[in-house]
Amino acid sequence: MKMTIETPPAGRRDPDERGYFGAYGGGFVPETLVAPVEELKEAYLEARMDPGFREGFERLLQHYVGRPTPLYEAQRWSRALGGARIFLKREDLAHTGAHKINNALGQALLAVRMGKQRVVAETGAGQHGVATATACALLGLTCEVYMGADDVARQAPNVVRMRLLGAKVTPVDSGSRTLKDAINEAMRDWVTNIEDTYYLLGSVLGPHPYPLMVREFQSVIGAEARIQIQAQADGPPNVVVACVGGGSNALGIFDGFVDQGDVKLVGVEAGGDGMVAGRHAARFVTGTVGVLQGTRSVILQDQNGNIEPTHSVSAGLDYAAVGPEHAWLRDLGRAEYAWVSDEEALAGFQQLARLEGILPALESSHALAYVARIAPSLPAQSVVLANLSGRGDKDVEIIEAQGLGGAPAGETAS
Amino acid sequence: MSSRLADIFSGPGAPRLITYVTGGDPDATRSADILRALDRAGANILEVGVPFSDPLADGPVIQRASERALRAGASLGSVLDLIEQVRSDVDAGIVVFTYANPILRFGVEAFTDRAAAIGVDGVLVLDLPIEEAGPFREQVVSAGLDQIFLVSPTTTDERLAAAAALGRGFLYGISRLGVTGARSEVGGGAPQLVSRVRKVSSLPIAVGFGVSHPDHVRQIGQWADGVVVGSALVDVVARQSESDQLAPAVEEYIRWLRSGTDAVGVSSDHEK
Repeated sequence: MKMTIETPPAGRRDPDERGYFGAYGGGFVPETLVAPVEELKEAYLEARMDPGFREGFERLLQHYVGRPTPLYEAQRWSRALGGARIFLKREDLAHTGAHKINNALGQALLAVRMGKQRVVAETGAGQHGVATATACALLGLTCEVYMGADDVARQAPNVVRMRLLGAKVTPVDSGSRTLKDAINEAMRDWVTNIEDTYYLLGSVLGPHPYPLMVREFQSVIGAEARIQIQAQADGPPNVVVACVGGGSNALGIFDGFVDQGDVKLVGVEAGGDGMVAGRHAARFVTGTVGVLQGTRSVILQDQNGNIEPTHSVSAGLDYAAVGPEHAWLRDLGRAEYAWVSDEEALAGFQQLARLEGILPALESSHALAYVARIAPSLPAQSVVLANLSGRGDKDVEIIEAQGLGGAPAGETAS
Repeated sequence: MSSRLADIFSGPGAPRLITYVTGGDPDATRSADILRALDRAGANILEVGVPFSDPLADGPVIQRASERALRAGASLGSVLDLIEQVRSDVDAGIVVFTYANPILRFGVEAFTDRAAAIGVDGVLVLDLPIEEAGPFREQVVSAGLDQIFLVSPTTTDERLAAAAALGRGFLYGISRLGVTGARSEVGGGAPQLVSRVRKVSSLPIAVGFGVSHPDHVRQIGQWADGVVVGSALVDVVARQSESDQLAPAVEEYIRWLRSGTDAVGVSSDHEK
């Protein structure tokens, strides 16, 4: 299918000048980072208005990433659940296997435009690290990816991929040895090497302009989905569902529908083992307003303002803060947020694998689990759109370790 | 408008020595002993760090100090308790050195009220640049505390002027890019930074990041009003944390560093 999709006009939903979405956002960075963050902001605000920059980005999205990604109606799964029609936005079919490549390419192009030769990035599940390593290989940039030591262990296949793409992967042993510690370390690298180094942050987090910039690079997801769902379902969806770690895939798809007030937007957080401190990453359930890693948002913290440990079976959702724009959309009542447990997410994974022949990422499986929860009680003509943000190849070892690897004994192919 | 910090910098004499340790490292009792030892050794201002789970502006030495202090149960509240406990024993000025989130969680007004009541002189918030400091600074100043801002080689002239206008007590100049940590040499951008500050500000300027030797102190003392030692001192604490000679080792280290400041001033006698 040939489809020309322009990314939405820049500036439509800008935060204020200091990067605030309502009460959230801003730029809480150490003094030495103020200048490079300002340089980045100026460069981005200029680039987004430059048709040449946008054309270069859109060309790569089409011919390199393989966009538009399909919108697929999951008929067997819909029938099995017995309710709404379910459509999946197939970001898992984008080059490198997740939506992360959209943002990585956009920012890597910006790094080149700014004359930087070296890129640093953090990664949790490894998908952003792989996307960044890919973009750097394509554009001839040196790349170093920081990754929590625990994540290096549990997402080993992505570590290999990053190294094959020429990136240096540096395990981070401090703190909780997961995504937030990788961000700390990437910021420490950046503050030390600001002359030649670009920090390619992977989600709608961090100081302004990152939350705005990352959302705009991801907004192609929603722009495509809006046209596709119109064509395939003859109208807008009733509900749009996406998982929320930092929340970039969610804002990417929400962006296509946020102005359609009757489309319900639902972000799904990682419930881990349930709502016990330290055992989940559902910021909107037990979180409070605070400042972490450059931005004011809703965060999981203890009574002394220290960041609480988080847990999720999916490394990509295992993070203590949510993107500031999500906190704002929630205050406005424009989006709502739910959580699903590790167990439910694993069940969502299994359903899609068995009924549709798709292995979703464990992150995306959270969105699917929520769909499985609501679809049966929705009328048959209603339409649910879920963002299948990434593929699950990286997770197969974790899934197998959970005892969900093969067909249950006695089951035969039908 | 006079403050203890302003008084400390007024008049001639050797460059002032400012020490950073993480409050509650290695534990509350010995942290109090360390603060008293620093004062005995002639430190002019004690920066007391609030341990935080995500110290992204700090290098490994202060990260580990933060982890030790957190394991020992330290928090912003306990650091204030610590300061209250030693305040009457020490002549030095006391500055709370922290990331923003512990204060936001504590409550800004609750913090400034308590800090002022126990004799804290100033507050420095690492991840609260002037653009984000507005209402917080108002609260700090109205409580009678000095808000100290960082300036770095990447700070533009325009922002230097803003920091000079909004800052109280002194300005803290970062001698080079990067995270905190001792280096064999002081950052080369520091003299230029200090001279840029002098053009827009009458506030005293102290320079830190990388100080670990009397030679650094001597060198910085030639053009700055104060010298900050942090990671190298925290490293002494780390090495001696299992020893009963912790406080004496800290005291000896500071006396050694101060041999650098005494060589610079008009008078070799340090006045307090």
